[in-house]
Amino acid sequence: MTVATSPHAADPVKKPSGFAPMARRRRVADHVVRIAVVLALLVALVPLVWLVSTLVIRGIEPLLDIDWWTLPERSGGAANAIVGTLIQTALAAAISIPLGIFVAIYLVEYATAKSWLAKITTFMVDILSGVPSIVAALFVYAVWRTTLGLPRSGFVVAIALVLLMVPLVVRATEEMLKIVPQDLREASYALGIPKWKTIVRIVLPTALSGIVTGVMLAIARVMGESAPVLILVGSTRAMNWNPFDGNQESLPLMMVQQYNNGPGALDRVWGAALCLVILVALVYFGAKLVARLFAPKSS
Amino acid sequence: MTRAEVRETHMTSPTTEDDAVPPATGAPGESPDGTGSAGLQVGARHRIADRVFRTLSVGSGLLVSVVIGLIAVFLLAQAVPSLLDNEENFFTYTGDWVTTGDRLAFGIPQLFYATVVVSVIALMLAMPVSLGISIFLTEYAPKRLVGPISYTVDLLAAVPSIVYGLWGILVLGPAMVPVNEWLVGHLGFLPFFQEPTQVANMSTGGTLLTAGIVLAVMILPIITAVTREVFMQTPKGHREAALALGATKFEVVKLAVLPFGFSGYISGCMLGLGRALGETMALLLIISTAGPMDFDLMESGETFATKIANNAAEFDSPAKTGAYISAGLTLFVLTFVVNAAARAVVAGKK
Repeated sequence: MTVATSPHAADPVKKPSGFAPMARRRRVADHVVRIAVVLALLVALVPLVWLVSTLVIRGIEPLLDIDWWTLPERSGGAANAIVGTLIQTALAAAISIPLGIFVAIYLVEYATAKSWLAKITTFMVDILSGVPSIVAALFVYAVWRTTLGLPRSGFVVAIALVLLMVPLVVRATEEMLKIVPQDLREASYALGIPKWKTIVRIVLPTALSGIVTGVMLAIARVMGESAPVLILVGSTRAMNWNPFDGNQESLPLMMVQQYNNGPGALDRVWGAALCLVILVALVYFGAKLVARLFAPKSS
Repeated sequence: MTRAEVRETHMTSPTTEDDAVPPATGAPGESPDGTGSAGLQVGARHRIADRVFRTLSVGSGLLVSVVIGLIAVFLLAQAVPSLLDNEENFFTYTGDWVTTGDRLAFGIPQLFYATVVVSVIALMLAMPVSLGISIFLTEYAPKRLVGPISYTVDLLAAVPSIVYGLWGILVLGPAMVPVNEWLVGHLGFLPFFQEPTQVANMSTGGTLLTAGIVLAVMILPIITAVTREVFMQTPKGHREAALALGATKFEVVKLAVLPFGFSGYISGCMLGLGRALGETMALLLIISTAGPMDFDLMESGETFATKIANNAAEFDSPAKTGAYISAGLTLFVLTFVVNAAARAVVAGKK
């Protein structure tokens, strides 16, 4: 032992701090992991960059034409599909946002820990959040078409989208309401402010940025949903502003239709894909912006 | 007006409501008094508003619960008659579906097989990569890179699945053709890479393998977003304790980050798996024809979701709809089990 350690002790230059040098095994392990995680990032970047670049390169051409944004498909544009997507998404949002926020308010502000209704509601929302979009679409189809015998339309798509959107809104709002400090509510009650006003004027504004972000992300999610449009609405190449009557095109539906038309229409398929991604990205960055604007002022 | 006077008017205002207004207007800058007495005056209106608001909230909760309950009942009511009329065993019948006429015959093993194979490939590819990215983002990445990369990952999670499907069949599929040929030529002795029965799969790249890779690319951002979020919440104390003991970066990950965040990682993977199982459009474009159940990744196949979407245009009779709803319910049970497992993992951690 003394023989082994004495050379080190006699050489203070090699270990000035008095610490033993790091074991080779540990140093190698650290390096290997560092390389591995960087590799993981690169491996993931390959398909993602590939996807985005293909999308932009092949899809940008039709989008640069002003006709794409102003004329319906029949005249060589895609305005009918863009309008359809926006209308169906807006309808779904108009129903699911108030409903989802009220459910979340009930769960966080009104329900007590022992309430059976709260437990059931949480469980039901959990179930709904796991429903694949095709199953939701199938359900709406079975009710609307098979049982009630009503015609397909853009509104029916919106109903299916509501089923997909409500759990997203409830989850996002619930999480945000939960982290509003209890002190704020109690301070408000102490001033004699009624409960509803406390919720509307104190709790919701405090959580607003998070709620808005969650809601916008939910909108982005349902906007590109393609399973419901596939079976719940017919395709048309003409402009249709009325979601309650007749066929209504949307961007995902237009992509499927054009794709089935064969290789000649692929440019338009990529155009519609890029257009859809741009819409989703706009909503997404809108969410980030709104979150920043509404963020509680830290004084 | 002195403080004592203000306190006096405030104290008297509840009893004499008519007198409450003059002191409030006569005391500029003493707003607490004004709002206090005003609140008491309109108390009845507030009580009604309170009740209305409460009713709206509870009503929404009740409405959502009832509607979802009705959905479940309705779907079961639609599926049961078809299941009872089914001449074959729902869980073992592998032949073609007969959904018209008096004799029904349908079963799910093939759908189950294709769904699980594709999802498992996706999970096997995406799990290690997303773990690596999450560790990179929370531990290794330079600070100014973290923001843009996280942004991109989140945005990719929002890209519609039909876009991934389009890329899969038009770009990745053709690029996979030489890879497929090499795999069949050199590793053809393995069951996974045998010569497929449908040669067309090879030339378009529309194979289970391609579908699995596309799904992996799709769920990668989802898993990464969740995992990164959890890893970032590792208590600073844990990390600093490890560093104080002289741990290298890898050892910090091993000793502090992973023990804290592993359950979050697993639940993120389950979330991704849930998405993969129910994925419709991407797979409908890539694999659309049925294939044999022989674990050959060069074959095509039909999943629950694509089978339903493929045939949705022809739902004309309750019996037929019922058959597909049965398949849809099975898919739902599958995703529900996966999601419940994810929640159990998170709950177990807390």
